[in-house]
Amino acid sequence: MRRSKERSRFIALCVAPAVILFFIFMVLPTLNVFRMSLFERGAYSPTETFVGLNNFKVLFQDAKFIASMQNTILLIVVVTAVTFFFALVFAGILTREKIKGQSFFRVIFYIPNILSVVVIAGIFSAIYKPENGMLNSVLSAIAGRDVMILWKDQQMVMISIIIAMVWQAIGYYMVMYMASMSAVPVDLYESASLDGAGRLAQFFQITLPLIWTNIRTTLTFFIISTINMAFLFVKAMVAKGMADVGLSFMYNQKDAGLYGYSMAAGVVIFLFSFLLSALVNQVTRRDVLEM
Amino acid sequence: MKKILSMILASVLVLSLLAACGGGNNQSSQNNQQPPADSSQTPDSGGDAEPAGSDTTIQVAALASGYEEAYPGMWQEVCDAFTAETGINVELICDKNLEDVIGPAMQGGEFPDVIHLATGREKGLTEQFIKDRNIAEITDVLSMTIPGESNTVGDKIIGGFTDTSVTNPYNDGKTYLAPMFYSPCGLFYNAGLFEEKGWTVPATWDEMWELGDKVQAENPDMYLFTYPTTGYFDAFFYALMYSVGGPDFYNKALRYEEGIWDTAEGQACFDIVSKLASYTNPVTPAQANDQDFTQNQQLVLDNKALFMPNGTWIVGEMAEAPRADGFKWGMTALPAAKSGGNGASYCWLEQAWIPAGAPNMDAAKQFVAFLYSDAACGIFAKGGAIQPVPGLTGSLEGDNKMFYSIYDNGADAAMGNFAAYNAVAGLGTNREAFFDPVNGLVNGSVTAEQWSGDFKAASDQMRANIME
Repeated sequence: MRRSKERSRFIALCVAPAVILFFIFMVLPTLNVFRMSLFERGAYSPTETFVGLNNFKVLFQDAKFIASMQNTILLIVVVTAVTFFFALVFAGILTREKIKGQSFFRVIFYIPNILSVVVIAGIFSAIYKPENGMLNSVLSAIAGRDVMILWKDQQMVMISIIIAMVWQAIGYYMVMYMASMSAVPVDLYESASLDGAGRLAQFFQITLPLIWTNIRTTLTFFIISTINMAFLFVKAMVAKGMADVGLSFMYNQKDAGLYGYSMAAGVVIFLFSFLLSALVNQVTRRDVLEM
Repeated sequence: MKKILSMILASVLVLSLLAACGGGNNQSSQNNQQPPADSSQTPDSGGDAEPAGSDTTIQVAALASGYEEAYPGMWQEVCDAFTAETGINVELICDKNLEDVIGPAMQGGEFPDVIHLATGREKGLTEQFIKDRNIAEITDVLSMTIPGESNTVGDKIIGGFTDTSVTNPYNDGKTYLAPMFYSPCGLFYNAGLFEEKGWTVPATWDEMWELGDKVQAENPDMYLFTYPTTGYFDAFFYALMYSVGGPDFYNKALRYEEGIWDTAEGQACFDIVSKLASYTNPVTPAQANDQDFTQNQQLVLDNKALFMPNGTWIVGEMAEAPRADGFKWGMTALPAAKSGGNGASYCWLEQAWIPAGAPNMDAAKQFVAFLYSDAACGIFAKGGAIQPVPGLTGSLEGDNKMFYSIYDNGADAAMGNFAAYNAVAGLGTNREAFFDPVNGLVNGSVTAEQWSGDFKAASDQMRANIME
């Protein structure tokens, strides 16, 4: 009895720093965001006025906010789908197939993930450059004539962002999937191939079900990271106001002197990502298969 | 019970650690841009002039712009000179991204004593302070004697520089922001190309369009116009309004007067920008972002666009860039609306100001006054930063001499900003409402009618919320 009490005290002590830090730097600011969304004030002004839910009322009629949330949703859906597909395929190939230089590819795919967004923006600025840019040069060589696509202009801007975001994210998710795929026992594949299952059937019947828990986790990651990364990419890569996403809208409002309003946008985005993650989690619930 | 106690102890531990971190951070950011360990001790240059017992230390935050790059240590030198003169210590924060360095502390209620940061920056920090009425009035500084000199500040500043909305944002005759570095803005071009081809720089917009048609016919890769980002349209548009409508129209438009955009002059401004959009190099919007704007500037160096709106810093900014043979910088005011009229050039003016929450108000005012001393002006001029004080432009050389002579060559000087208005949800800043859509004009996603319609609606909304 006494021992267990000591034990729990020890555990509490170990956990306390993390909990306290989390409380001070995550919970309190989040609560503060909720509080400030009910006020109107400038970012640096000492005074604030209580406006109730008025910020939210205006927000839902703000065409710019709606457009930026549409962009956010578009990015979440497309970036998740494309990245998910490629990450799974590459992970499957790199774990199951015998390819020369496997670890080399793994490193190559992972590199974009450790680059800062500013560097990525620089790289893609060279890739997307209209005149003599890498992408346009390659396309010109293929087409046999001068191709001049204005990648970062209005018509192509979302596609440009999607390409960059997918490029950045693939490696991370690929490594996550590879980790769980290599935990799948090899004898399962062996017996399956004795039963006459082909590579594709093996992938869908064995690999996918067995890494399902991992996939569910990554889906939540996808939602949260796309919302955050989209802001960074838009901010670093494209012209102001051309492809605003939720968080860049929030940021612009702060710069325009509407701190409370931007916090209201923050609250909506917070709840949105929270609910979307919960929803995805719910929809993808399956019985866990034991290996 | 003991559990709670241990929790409390642990939290105290963590908190003290955090406090230490916080303090450390602060320290490092202060020492960021200066030689180590000088802020609390006497700076060597002013060691003997330091009177005993002067324990006031003011904090000065200054943007490290192109001037500081041209002459590193410029601000520190001025601060040291101030300390030597008055005995007041100065702790300098000088950074390229000043907003990010001083912003968080200010949100926590800690303000520097003097801030040198102009309006018109993307983060709009100074505008936010204006909108919040969070800037200390400094009208009395104008009648203060400059430390170490017998002149007052007001005597020294060239007339007219303390009369516009740039320094008096509330239209009440009171000065809140001190006029610091000014530079003429205009259209930059390759003077070498014009000489080679025998073209004359257009004096009216009609001549401008003619030239545009001519170069297009001659070389389809050469366009009349480009711009770095839509942010450069503010100075352009100010000058345009002035050249089209003169001072009366200009001042009314800056205060969003009712129906001002339905006048012939207002319509002329819209027409010129819309027409210019069709003469703009089509790659411009794709590069009109903070990452690629130098590639738009490169278009002028490569003779792929003839003109771009810019400021005198462009020469230094593109100094390393490759360029067409025989390239030579030229700068012209905006063409006149009709033949015989005057062109106009916007006078870009940076400001220094004292936050209302500054802890050492008197010392801060002395510092602002000192900025106009011969000593300070001389140091700033070494970096090419010119204050509105007589006799400074005479010391300029080379390209800068040509740029600053633009007003002597008959161009009108436009000064002043769009009037401050209370922030309203959904309205955005002047730039967002007025100039960001220019990208859309060029790439065709916004029509001229949409743009002028939105422009008028935004102007009406700004008038309704104008700060008096």
